[in-house]
Amino acid sequence: MTGVITKTKLNNGLSVLLKEIHTAPLISSWIWYRVGSKDEPTGLTGISHWVEHMQFKGTPKHPSAVMDKAISRVGGMWNAFTSMDWTTFLETLPSDKIDLALSLEADRMVNSVYDPQEVASERTVIISEREGSENEPLFQLNEAIQSAAFKVHPYHHEVIGDKADLNSITRDDLYQHYRTNYIPNNAVLALAGDFNSKTLLDQIRDLFEPIPAGNIPVHLNRPEPPDRGEHRLTIEGPGETTYLQIAYRFPSATDADLFPFMVLDSLLSGPSNPSAFSSGGISNKTSRLYRSLVEKEKAVGVFGGGQVTIDPFLYATTITIHPRSNPDEVLSSYDAEIKRLQNESIPEADIQRAIKQARAIFAYGSENITHQAAWLGFSEMFANYHWFNNYLGKLAEVTPGDIQRVAQTWLVHQKRLVGTYLPDGKAEK
Amino acid sequence: MTIRKSTQHSLPGPEDTHRFQTTNGITVLSRSNFNSPSIIISGYLPAGSLFDHDELLGVADFTAMMLTRGSQSRDFQGIHNALESCGANLGMSAGAHTASFNGRCLAEDLPLLLDLLSESLRQPSFDPKQMEKLRTQFLTGLSIRAQDTTEMASMTFDKILFAGHPYSRPEDGYPETIQAITRKNLKDFHRRHYGPKGMVISVVGAIKPEEAVTQVQRVLGDWENSSQPENPVLPVFHPMKKSKTQKVRIPGKSQSDIVIGSSGPKRLDPEYLPASLGNSVLGQFGMMGRIGDVVREKSGLAYYAYSSLNVGIGPGSWEISAGVNPTNVRKAIDLIKTEITRIVANGVSSEELADSQANFIGRLPLSLESNAGVASALLNIERFDLGLDYYLRYPDLVREVKPEAVLKAIQKYLDPDKLAIAIAGP
Repeated sequence: MTGVITKTKLNNGLSVLLKEIHTAPLISSWIWYRVGSKDEPTGLTGISHWVEHMQFKGTPKHPSAVMDKAISRVGGMWNAFTSMDWTTFLETLPSDKIDLALSLEADRMVNSVYDPQEVASERTVIISEREGSENEPLFQLNEAIQSAAFKVHPYHHEVIGDKADLNSITRDDLYQHYRTNYIPNNAVLALAGDFNSKTLLDQIRDLFEPIPAGNIPVHLNRPEPPDRGEHRLTIEGPGETTYLQIAYRFPSATDADLFPFMVLDSLLSGPSNPSAFSSGGISNKTSRLYRSLVEKEKAVGVFGGGQVTIDPFLYATTITIHPRSNPDEVLSSYDAEIKRLQNESIPEADIQRAIKQARAIFAYGSENITHQAAWLGFSEMFANYHWFNNYLGKLAEVTPGDIQRVAQTWLVHQKRLVGTYLPDGKAEK
Repeated sequence: MTIRKSTQHSLPGPEDTHRFQTTNGITVLSRSNFNSPSIIISGYLPAGSLFDHDELLGVADFTAMMLTRGSQSRDFQGIHNALESCGANLGMSAGAHTASFNGRCLAEDLPLLLDLLSESLRQPSFDPKQMEKLRTQFLTGLSIRAQDTTEMASMTFDKILFAGHPYSRPEDGYPETIQAITRKNLKDFHRRHYGPKGMVISVVGAIKPEEAVTQVQRVLGDWENSSQPENPVLPVFHPMKKSKTQKVRIPGKSQSDIVIGSSGPKRLDPEYLPASLGNSVLGQFGMMGRIGDVVREKSGLAYYAYSSLNVGIGPGSWEISAGVNPTNVRKAIDLIKTEITRIVANGVSSEELADSQANFIGRLPLSLESNAGVASALLNIERFDLGLDYYLRYPDLVREVKPEAVLKAIQKYLDPDKLAIAIAGP
């Protein structure tokens, strides 16, 4: 978490963050674009993720197979992720090979081909990716809850997109989405690892500064209207296991309530990881929900948490119902725990515990240069790197009163969704 | 490719890896990494499911999972309160040959983590209430497994390939065997099989090796169990004489999973490295090798299509896996079979082999960067007696493999007319 960070803005608006870490002969490079599934109108859902896939299909200078081979030959790794808020591409390579990543990223910011045949074969690959997810009951339940929770806001759809749109999006739609959003002044380049910042920055300037700035894309502005009461939904599918999911609104990354909410989460369902990228979590067997649901044999498993996002997303708890229990019984035990948070002050020691857990999560993540580079850019998507540096301090400022207030404000019936996954045929019984 | 000096220093070797044997027979491996204030402990004991009787399959795994559910000095909540309050983790499970444990913590909490490990291994309470809760969780897990196309295809593949061999059995058992297991079965299994003989522990992270050894000695140095048996001898494995296909129908699913393949070498067979490199060309290198190129890139049939070589103490397996739309199952199988036929007939080109060799050597620093990566590498060295200098010798071992050796290894194991084919889907 410590260490000097060099932050520069190039002439074309590209933000560059560099952090030297000389523990292993590796460098990890991440380029982040401020585009995700929340920037997709109806008819184009899933397009950001599909563009992410197409970015691996090559440019005239860096054909796909050549790049893949070059990175694999040096023992590096490359990958990409699309979220609701952003799309990111990473390479972790031996430190003397980092020019591979930088020249590729500079090139594919503007020169990707989008060959129609490649678009056609990737369409079926992505539909296959979606069908693999559809095999999972919890994907079905998450998707139902998410679309019910956001009737107006574009967090409405899953990142992978709706099948109807995956069938109809055209090559030109993809290319336009790419050219509109993949511009230097809509991007952040973050590297961590075994380099000299000054030399590397010169290299980055040479490669990226010739790329002209573009017009900053306009984001959809469709705030979700206030909730008008609890929503309940049921979906049915194969299997023998019943799942229950309860979702409340969760504060955005820059909302001061996020920090008390993270402490509350540690207490209620076990600590969430504030970063989207880290290794290894902490179990939740002493959380209040585990004790009241799993230990009392109403559930066989419970997990939950919130994601750090630009706009308010969801605080969701997912419960695997015990074969001898039922969703109503589980929900009433769950509600009793929420009431307890609202009515009783929590001990100060629980706040200290949440801080220690967060300290451990950061320590595990910092074993790995790839994660350290990820944190640099991720925090820039909604704030800046100080967000991570200040994280433990912000948790330390939380008081028992804050937690009670957050429980009373955010965890209310009128602002929640309750969804059930029922095995086929169980609804009639 | 030459390994640079700094890279060499990032690889574990005899100079910075300590191996120590306690008087009661525990092997301790340790390597320092002070870059982050965290420590990982990881290890195993010879208490795997090979000891399970068919009608009680799952006893080894059930026993391992019960160890952190209550000891003579702490109950379930007591153990987990100690762990979770400091952001630590400790988990156990059983495979065919060994029961394994894994834990991580901040450096300041290592004494606590080792106390909990010792209590769990030596003095589990097998609390009857916790046992029933865990049984229900297992049974729910098995009913979820029965709906999971990936898991069912993989389990069915093992059943076909290893018919009559203990490797055909899933370590987590079947609903009827989990139902049949009693508390006495678990206590007996623990009494007989858990002990210091054959136990290995690696401690990696922000600690000096001498200190790690002292700490392990403190909690486990006086552990004795004279009843620990030798590991059972594996029966002879009979490779398949002709291809066999089996389909598991799981209604209501959108995607089918396919696993196709054959047996593979043991870890210590001379064919291990040539077969690994052949496997890399077939379905790993870059975007999932030749299989990925044909099934995903060229045909757009699957999001994932790759091959894997699973090796260990006994016979290995060589598997090609893909998830496809149910209407494309036949087409995907045909494409994969064609690739198997091609690689069996012609092997790999010198250029393909050179690519995979460079990848195997080049990826070492990345795979050995985290404490977990190093801990796993040290256990690998110990399990197969590879020598503490193994990762320093490894680049030469990889470079020595010739295309002819790869072809020979491929032809020894892969045969397009003797394949196990498992499909799970609607």
